[in-house]
Amino acid sequence: MELIANLGLGLSTAMTPLNLLYCLAGVFLGTLIGVLPGLGPTATIAMLLPVTFSLPPVSSLIMLAGIYYGSQYGGSTTSILVNVPGEAASVVTALDGYQMARKGRAGVALATAAIGSFFAGTVATVVLALFAPPLAEIALKFGPAEFFSLMVLGLLASLVLARGSLLHATGMVVLGLLLGLVGADITTGTQRFTFGMARLSDGIGFVVVAMGMFGLAEIVRNLEDEDDRSLIVKKVSNLMPTKEDWKRMVAPILRGTAIGSVLGILPGSGSILGSFAAYAIEKKVSKHSAEFGSGAIEGVAAPESANNAGAQTSFIPMLTLGIPSNPVMALMIGAMIIQGIQPGPSVISEQPALFWGIIVSMWIGNLFLVVLNLPLVGMWVRMVSVPYQFLFPAILVFCGIGVFSLNNTEFDVFVMAIFGVVGYIFVKLDCEPAPMLLAFILGPMMEEYLRRALLLSRGDPMILIQRPISAVMLGLGVLAIVVASLPMFYKKREEAFQGD
Amino acid sequence: MNPIRNNAKDFLTGVIYVAIGVVAALLSRDYGMGSAVKMGPGYFPTILSGLLIVIGAISIIRSFFKSGTPLGRIAWKGLFLVAVATVLFGLVVRGAGLVIALPALVLVASLASTRFRWGHALAMAAGVTVFCILVFQIGLGVPLPIIGSWFVD
Repeated sequence: MELIANLGLGLSTAMTPLNLLYCLAGVFLGTLIGVLPGLGPTATIAMLLPVTFSLPPVSSLIMLAGIYYGSQYGGSTTSILVNVPGEAASVVTALDGYQMARKGRAGVALATAAIGSFFAGTVATVVLALFAPPLAEIALKFGPAEFFSLMVLGLLASLVLARGSLLHATGMVVLGLLLGLVGADITTGTQRFTFGMARLSDGIGFVVVAMGMFGLAEIVRNLEDEDDRSLIVKKVSNLMPTKEDWKRMVAPILRGTAIGSVLGILPGSGSILGSFAAYAIEKKVSKHSAEFGSGAIEGVAAPESANNAGAQTSFIPMLTLGIPSNPVMALMIGAMIIQGIQPGPSVISEQPALFWGIIVSMWIGNLFLVVLNLPLVGMWVRMVSVPYQFLFPAILVFCGIGVFSLNNTEFDVFVMAIFGVVGYIFVKLDCEPAPMLLAFILGPMMEEYLRRALLLSRGDPMILIQRPISAVMLGLGVLAIVVASLPMFYKKREEAFQGD
Repeated sequence: MNPIRNNAKDFLTGVIYVAIGVVAALLSRDYGMGSAVKMGPGYFPTILSGLLIVIGAISIIRSFFKSGTPLGRIAWKGLFLVAVATVLFGLVVRGAGLVIALPALVLVASLASTRFRWGHALAMAAGVTVFCILVFQIGLGVPLPIIGSWFVD
């Protein structure tokens, strides 16, 4: 079996002491930032990128991936204990998880989340191993027209989940594409939008943009009102679910895993869509649907399984097509580019150890997470209530040192400050920064694919709809936008992001 | 109806988009359009600028007909101090070194919190400075001076 051989290769890569260490460091950090208030995986990964440049590519990607799925675990802890979702994907977990905690069942809720996540993570690892190679195989046959349309699809899909106004988010995508073009044109070398600054001729660093818009802007937003987080549970005891609990969580975990795995693959989705869908579906099909909202264990098991499965399967488009499905994946793509790996369908065949190593490390990481989370839950509980006034100056310091060390220049620090201010203004105007970051990464690639596609078609843009695969992808993109602008869906989306 | 009062978000977003779009379109004219077969450096930016202007214009028009949600509280103080602290760090880190730049960043930023206390902030500044020098400068070898060139000949 080729799969076994591949997983064996992955295992031997992921099990080296160095990589195990970085995997552990990644999931530990991920859990930590998931628990800490006001710090998300995007900002954290952006801050750590400069540090990882000196690591071997496999180790750095293993660690960055660990931060991402680790933060899903940490996010659920705060959802359950303080009713404040640490991550957008844990929003629905708070609905029933917090109610369970209020009834003195915080331990069981946390255990359920961990068990569901671990199971989902295991399944998603297998899904990733099974589906990524054939997908890459197909993508290897893509021409420039297909890749261009695929990127359009990815960007349009990212709009569906954008908070706030759809129109504003569309503008952010276009703005991101434009910003991505700053610097020397790949083909002609013409300096574009550099205003004569030599520092800009290599373009604006995406880490600088990400830290400004997700790090600094987020700090300012959190400073709008500094709420105290009050813990209802000072000590978590009795982690063990009862026999009845076990019986009730099996089916939701299975359904959540399936829903999360499928939705995670969609571009623009990641873990968020899956957790919402899983909760909604579970509420419909469950025998205990009357208990939902007042502490139903199904309401924790399903979305927690789904968000972890989705976090992992969202690596599929990133690893096979080079298309980021969310800002975290965009940063991972950036990390690969800086490490000298061209993201895209050839990664699997050219870097098999890297590809399979990352996949297997995710399963190992999930194992670490169960071990880290359940016995150490007392420590994480204390982290939940770290006052923000101690946290944000430290975040700022990490951003400053990190950005400076990228190119060893203060210029980047100033650019980051500008993007922090700009990012905050956009947040206030309901302009979501996530689609902008995706577009920023994809901008230069899209231009290049469009250029090649039009060269092949002798300048006829119809090539984009004459080639069947390309046409299907553009069609799906349009469909996504139509669905997103339906009043019914729009209302649901607004509700979903309420209280987030 | 008054767009600034009733739908500031749409109106301001539109104005920003149109302004950026117009500037980008004007700049792109110097880059050479080329043709569809052989896209010049100005081709793609011109398309994007046009799109941005259209999106901005729709947003402005919408703000006259539809009321939106209010802007909400704006953390002016936070925005100002976070930006100032960051720029200050960039300005002094090379010359004065981490030993000055880090406490300066922490103290200025800490002022943004409504719960600011001198005691806490000073302790934070000292802790963060020691930690970062140990981890980044000594541990990871980030090429930032502990004591900057202004103090060393």
